[in-house]
Amino acid sequence: MAGITGKDAALTAYANALANEAPKGRSLTQDALRRLFNNKAALVSIFVLIAIVLFALVGPYLLPWTYDKVDWSAIRKPPDWAKGHYFGTDQNGRDMLARTLQGTQMSLLVAAVATVVSVVIGILYGAIAGYFGGKIDAVMMRFVDIMYALPYILFVIILVVIFGRSPVLLFVGIGCLEWLTMARIVRGQTLSIKQREFIEAAKAGGAGPFTIIFRHIVPNLTGPVVIYATLTVPEIILTESFLSYLGLGVQEPQTSLGTLISDGAPVAEALPWLLFTPAAILVVMLLCLSYLGDGLRDALDPKDR
Amino acid sequence: MADVLVVDDLDVTFALHDSEVKAVSDLDFTLAEGETLAVVGESGSGKSQAFLSIMGLLARNGKASGRAMLGDVNLIGMAPDRLDTHRGKDIAMIFQDPMTSLNPTLKIKTQLAEVLVRHQGYDKDKANRAVIEMLERVGIPEPVKRANAYPHELSGGMRQRVMIAMALLCKPKVLIADEPTTALDVTVQAQMLDLFKNLTNDFGTALVLITHDLGVVAGVADRMMVMYGGRCIEKGPTDTLFYDPRHPYTLGLLHSTPHVAKRAKRLDPIQGLPPSLEHLPRGCAFHPRCAFRFERCFEERPPLLPVEDVREKACWYQGELKYEEVA
Amino acid sequence: MLDRTEDLLKIENLSKNFSISAGLFARPFQLRALQDINFTVKRGETLGIVGESGCGKSTLGRCILQLLAPDEGRVLWLGQDITKLPAEEMRQKRRDLQIIFQDPLASLNPRMTVGEIIADPLRTLMPEVNAKERRERVLRTMEAVGLLPEMINRYPHEFSGGQAQRIGIARALISEPKLIVCDEPVSALDVSIQAQILNLLSDLKDEFGLTLIFISHNLSVVRHVSDRILVLYLGRIVELADGDDLYDDPKHPYTRALLTAVPIPDPKRARQRTIEGLVGEIPSPINQPSGCTFRTRCRYAEERCAQVRPPLEVIAGGRNVACIRWQELDLKPGA
Repeated sequence: MAGITGKDAALTAYANALANEAPKGRSLTQDALRRLFNNKAALVSIFVLIAIVLFALVGPYLLPWTYDKVDWSAIRKPPDWAKGHYFGTDQNGRDMLARTLQGTQMSLLVAAVATVVSVVIGILYGAIAGYFGGKIDAVMMRFVDIMYALPYILFVIILVVIFGRSPVLLFVGIGCLEWLTMARIVRGQTLSIKQREFIEAAKAGGAGPFTIIFRHIVPNLTGPVVIYATLTVPEIILTESFLSYLGLGVQEPQTSLGTLISDGAPVAEALPWLLFTPAAILVVMLLCLSYLGDGLRDALDPKDR
Repeated sequence: MADVLVVDDLDVTFALHDSEVKAVSDLDFTLAEGETLAVVGESGSGKSQAFLSIMGLLARNGKASGRAMLGDVNLIGMAPDRLDTHRGKDIAMIFQDPMTSLNPTLKIKTQLAEVLVRHQGYDKDKANRAVIEMLERVGIPEPVKRANAYPHELSGGMRQRVMIAMALLCKPKVLIADEPTTALDVTVQAQMLDLFKNLTNDFGTALVLITHDLGVVAGVADRMMVMYGGRCIEKGPTDTLFYDPRHPYTLGLLHSTPHVAKRAKRLDPIQGLPPSLEHLPRGCAFHPRCAFRFERCFEERPPLLPVEDVREKACWYQGELKYEEVA
Repeated sequence: MLDRTEDLLKIENLSKNFSISAGLFARPFQLRALQDINFTVKRGETLGIVGESGCGKSTLGRCILQLLAPDEGRVLWLGQDITKLPAEEMRQKRRDLQIIFQDPLASLNPRMTVGEIIADPLRTLMPEVNAKERRERVLRTMEAVGLLPEMINRYPHEFSGGQAQRIGIARALISEPKLIVCDEPVSALDVSIQAQILNLLSDLKDEFGLTLIFISHNLSVVRHVSDRILVLYLGRIVELADGDDLYDDPKHPYTRALLTAVPIPDPKRARQRTIEGLVGEIPSPINQPSGCTFRTRCRYAEERCAQVRPPLEVIAGGRNVACIRWQELDLKPGA
């Protein structure tokens, strides 16, 4: 080759060494996680959430009382450390701490189930509508519009009639309603991703539509999907509380945070511990989730700040 | 001729998450009345950041120090409200993408007249007349009709003309144009460069043309300044730098630029990649890519020193710059 | 030895329109992106396609590769029309036909590693190649385009534009194609990197016996790489000629205007020459002028230019020109 390489063969190695310090790649996800862990509020939220989840799962085994056991000697009693009612008992003499932990478990379970269901359906539906576009998109998205227009509570009541006895199935059903927003978000993202040149490159490389959707589009949806999912979890927890408040949610003797709060609220003046424990957990969880969602948004889209 | 802008010891640093990046270091230059100075460099050379800092338009995590004397006021570190009395009036800037600098919801006329009302205290009628006159001078056909249009109704070339008109409304002493023709087609680009040439003559405005395209520089600039790794590495009159470059990077740029009139078999590109500002090489920032480097370049950064009368360069190598032909 | 006379690709009467929706109840506009395009590409040559934005040059590249379906006309690849091939057969053809994009970073999937990106066409086009061989071929191709093997597990965002473009080139090369469409491959790159990539493309062309279609708005670059050059204006071919002929003796007024407008990196020559500015700007491709579409900006336009659409005539030297006045005009630069 004419030109520059002449005299400095000996120095080229040095120049190369300068040019390549880091052979190991950092993926976008790793980058985002690094940014997330640098965000103190988000980091604290993650630890608090993990602590709540662990405690909700392990805690019941460490307590002297189970959530449905009635202590006839302690009805409507404030916290009593000697008997092991650390957070008091309710009107039926059941241990509040045990009930709160069970309620947290239940709330987390339904939230997780409904979120996963809504995310899966939303991604598939939105990505397919967005990628194929045209008439397919028009029909699929009009269906979403119609679903939006129908009253939510009507569906819930129908679902309660169908799944009345099983809160988990009920929330699978609620997940099946919650995907609408997800689908819209995913469709919008897909529309912009499919304009990017790497999609065209994949087509030129012979990839079919579904290869493109699953290999090239869906992985690039991580950002909005994760953010939206962290916002869906609190929404479902609140939905559950609302339904329980209406008496459509979890059945006795099982309980959930929403049920506990709705039971505790009317008697909060006389028996504050009935309201305080579940409310505190719910508030802490919602706060942590929304801090986490904020943190994720900043971490995944650093340019948008 | 009198110097309208004197920049001294300009540094621009950006605070990153846990470090600082120096985008511009020790920049000195002067700009004479009516002169056109081209600032040439590749992405990351600091060429845009230097002038954004002079305009007080750095991103929030950016900080500038040094001096940029516009007449007898220092623009660096000036409070934003005082800066506003100079920006748009004495010193103006236009950008590569005019669409981002125009408000899409306002008519061209409204946006331009506002500048005159604010800086010159014109009443609305007088401002409107001046706007239409200026639109005509920058070569916009049917200026009355175009003045009543919204930005999206104009083509890219027209929008850039509108931006130039807006920048020139108050007859500023200095106009900074950051890649003003990069987004335009060749034929429109040619019209634009013609316009620049005439305007600096007509208004006595000094023009700073920030670009990566040596072809654009050749036709318009009186002097040029080549930047690399946040520093000026060579500056001088355009002709001397083109026909007798003294810095290996300037030479490399010239050899990398394809020439429409002569077809070389191969280009002689500069090897390697531009450095990232976060990891500037020790010594001379260009040494990893330089064909003329020797031991000193690895350790010591060459200062910008005068060569002959009119030019300066920052390079230790003093011999003749000639590529060896290796078969 | 390559047979340089063989027609690798032949485009016949190709047209492409886009419908622009004008609202729910209005009739959509027809945007005529390409009209009646005819040309051939010979094995081993580089055909440059130049034109300003909106002239249809990228659309043409995509129609050749069947990334967009043309509305009319045929694309003959080695004599076979590929416009109406069933999906599976077209997929087989894609081994031979590849593309390099303008924006190197946008053309790489940010969630995949360099190795996965480069291997991607192999996975879909040649599933018979096993993982081990695939990796070897990826490494070989990376070496050919000047990427270091240890970059294989990195992600696109860790690369600069020039290196990212090398990744894009490696992806195009891995299926050992015969023809690569380069769509503005250096426009987004810094000057010093541009030259590296142009040299790389010309080396690869020799090494692998490639045929290139090089699309660009930059005449200097096209001139540098191309054997023959095709000039597009508003979706039509206005001139097609050997590179030197086109630059030394343009026959179409638009070609001349483009040539005089190119910035020259040479101050003395830049000052001397007069830029023959074109009047106004490109008309909208939705509402094209009658007759010759260039007449609204042409300094040589006459009345009859508005009436007749100039055909693409074959003239001496195997050139094509679409101007009814080409014989009368002397358009040599400097004339």
